[in-house]
Amino acid sequence: MISLTTPISDSDIRSLKVGEKVLLSGTIYTARDQAHIRLIKEDNPPFDINGSVIYYVGPTPNRPNMPIGASGPTSSYRMDKLAVPLMEKGLKLMIGKGDRSEEFRTQMIKNNAVYLISTGGAGALLSSKILSSELIMYEDLGAEAIYKLTVKDFPCFVAYDIYGNDIFKN
Amino acid sequence: MRKINLLEVTNIVKKSVIDINYNLDQSLVSLIRKAKDREIKDLSISILSDILENQEIARKGQVPLCQDTGVVVVLLEVGTEVTFEGDIYEAINEGVRQGYKEGFLRNSMVFHPFNRVNTKDNTPAIIHTKLIQGDKIKLSIASKGGGSENMSKVVMLTPSEGIQGVKKLVLDTVFAAGGKPCPPIIVGIGIGGNFEKSAILAKEALFRDLSDSSHDETIKNLEDELYEEINKLGVGPMGVGGETTCLAVKINYFPMHIASLPVAINIQCHSARHTEVEL
Repeated sequence: MISLTTPISDSDIRSLKVGEKVLLSGTIYTARDQAHIRLIKEDNPPFDINGSVIYYVGPTPNRPNMPIGASGPTSSYRMDKLAVPLMEKGLKLMIGKGDRSEEFRTQMIKNNAVYLISTGGAGALLSSKILSSELIMYEDLGAEAIYKLTVKDFPCFVAYDIYGNDIFKN
Repeated sequence: MRKINLLEVTNIVKKSVIDINYNLDQSLVSLIRKAKDREIKDLSISILSDILENQEIARKGQVPLCQDTGVVVVLLEVGTEVTFEGDIYEAINEGVRQGYKEGFLRNSMVFHPFNRVNTKDNTPAIIHTKLIQGDKIKLSIASKGGGSENMSKVVMLTPSEGIQGVKKLVLDTVFAAGGKPCPPIIVGIGIGGNFEKSAILAKEALFRDLSDSSHDETIKNLEDELYEEINKLGVGPMGVGGETTCLAVKINYFPMHIASLPVAINIQCHSARHTEVEL
């Protein structure tokens, strides 16, 4: 088990090996299909993509006095192509679920990034690791908008590392 | 003729969508527990433990199990001896609207394939209507997630491909889906009818009781064999490998054209959220 705090450095990336449990703390950003389509066209997004973490999630609405609703991962493969320009700008970690394309893996290794998975369908459990959420971009997208999340010991597993290993083929 | 109170329909749909999204069916929970006991790898055990802990948190806190609170699917069976004062479909949609708002459930429906603008109340529900004998109506209500639905398919096999062809198709489909549909999955299969009938049969199969078997011996054997063979694929919980890839296989069938063998495979994630109500 390894604990990581954002922003993520190249040496953090080198330390991650497939199958290992990661407890992530700090700031992460939510984005799904529609937010990616817009974000890759932004010249000056309001957060630094270099060293950042993107979580593929569209939470349920939060109740009063709760930081966020249920927040489990969505399938990552839909963001395979859209992730490339962001990795080229320094995106270091992506959190989602399920396997991704060969092209994605090649680009991920080339850009020194890592793909993590968290337990799909465990939205209630995972939301308990999120301390706060703040809408920062694309309010009109509703659950698909970009939120800045503060997380503490958010549990993930390394799915693809930079050494070419694959959790789905172990 | 018996008059059905549409307000009651709205209330039942509202309560049902909230209830199924907070409380996982206990017979499903017990299958997941058994699956956890069978696992050998720490990683697979850890994922199934997360799933079990998640449903406890959701039940105790009365919060949604999953952020994908789905598209509402209703199998509506209407007795021929009932009348409605108004629009039953609108009554169902009003229940969805109220339930998703009051239950803090996510609105996942968009109006148009390309502009992707959210309808903002999770309507419309997908409603399949059937006439039955009698003076009752029955609603089978599900919140169906997008990830597992995306891994589903309809294929028109030829009759000569037979049972072996169906088996190969199902195994290939489940293997190719890997971790994407949130395994351990439930596999609903529709065989026969025609193109669209097979898909509805597969959806109906997902509403069956987890412990039942087909009344047809050949189909029952196929359910059992597919259950064994899918679990030998090794996809495992969330695709990380393991002993349990599926929790159940349910097959519904219907007569078909002499030239056809339609097969629909509807995949359901481990968070199978559905209920039945009779009025």
